[in-house]
Amino acid sequence: MLVLTCHACGVTAEETEFHAGGEAHLKRFGPGSSDEDFEEYLFMRANPKGVHFERWRHANGCGKWFHVARDTMTLEVFGSYSAQAFAPPEELLSRIEDRRPGWRGQD
Amino acid sequence: MSEPVSALKNISDLNGIAAIREIGPLGMITLRGDLSDRAVQDAAKTAGGANAPDQRKINAEGDGGVAWMSPDELLILCRYDEVPLRMTNLQAGLSKGHALAANVSDARAVFEVSGPRAREVLAKLAPVDLTPGQFEPGMMRRTRLAQVPAAFWMTDAETFRIVCFRSVAQYVFDLLKIAAQPGSEVDFF
Repeated sequence: MLVLTCHACGVTAEETEFHAGGEAHLKRFGPGSSDEDFEEYLFMRANPKGVHFERWRHANGCGKWFHVARDTMTLEVFGSYSAQAFAPPEELLSRIEDRRPGWRGQD
Repeated sequence: MSEPVSALKNISDLNGIAAIREIGPLGMITLRGDLSDRAVQDAAKTAGGANAPDQRKINAEGDGGVAWMSPDELLILCRYDEVPLRMTNLQAGLSKGHALAANVSDARAVFEVSGPRAREVLAKLAPVDLTPGQFEPGMMRRTRLAQVPAAFWMTDAETFRIVCFRSVAQYVFDLLKIAAQPGSEVDFF
């Protein structure tokens, strides 16, 4: 079971109170982009075994979106951060580095 | 004006391990806006008769009060017949800024679960830590009851008030009734 903390309202609850929103920090390629870029944006998703950044929505609570960093294999949750962030905060990245040395090269 | 009718006509079930009553109709106004804005805070205070609460808290007294619903949303509670007047005052107080006040009284159903085992009944249905000390009067929790969204708070140490959508009122009443059926004590708390 995943236990997540909503970054917007601070509630810590198990995953049935939330709704998963897929991979985080995707860059949108819309009209005018190349077919390859558009296909990549629309269909191609990272599927790492290990550290993963995701979007979640507090569907049965405050209703807000937020970001979560977790391990897809052990289900360890490293932390959550604002939905308005374009990239994970440095402080969170260094915490992940402590737990999973060298994880950045694994994607 | 026609008489307001609550969703289940104030049905109750007093045979279980906690007393379940549908109460209401209760006046409810959703107020959305920038909660750090003084105008929004003042409007909420005037309409709800209490200060705007901190995150995940509720300032309630009797049927009136103000509850924190999300980073940009408050729920104002009042008597059902006072809603039109309070809406008028809210609209006047909020006319200069960007905010929304909507009367949602008829979109909701309100239940009261009371008794020494009320915590137990709620804990069977919601993924919330209801241990005394973790959840206490003054806190507001939006969550789910089995399959539907709901919010609840405590009016005293043994009484919960639950709000849910009116369309699922029968479902929620049935849930509570089953969770409180005689002989289903867990004795966890």
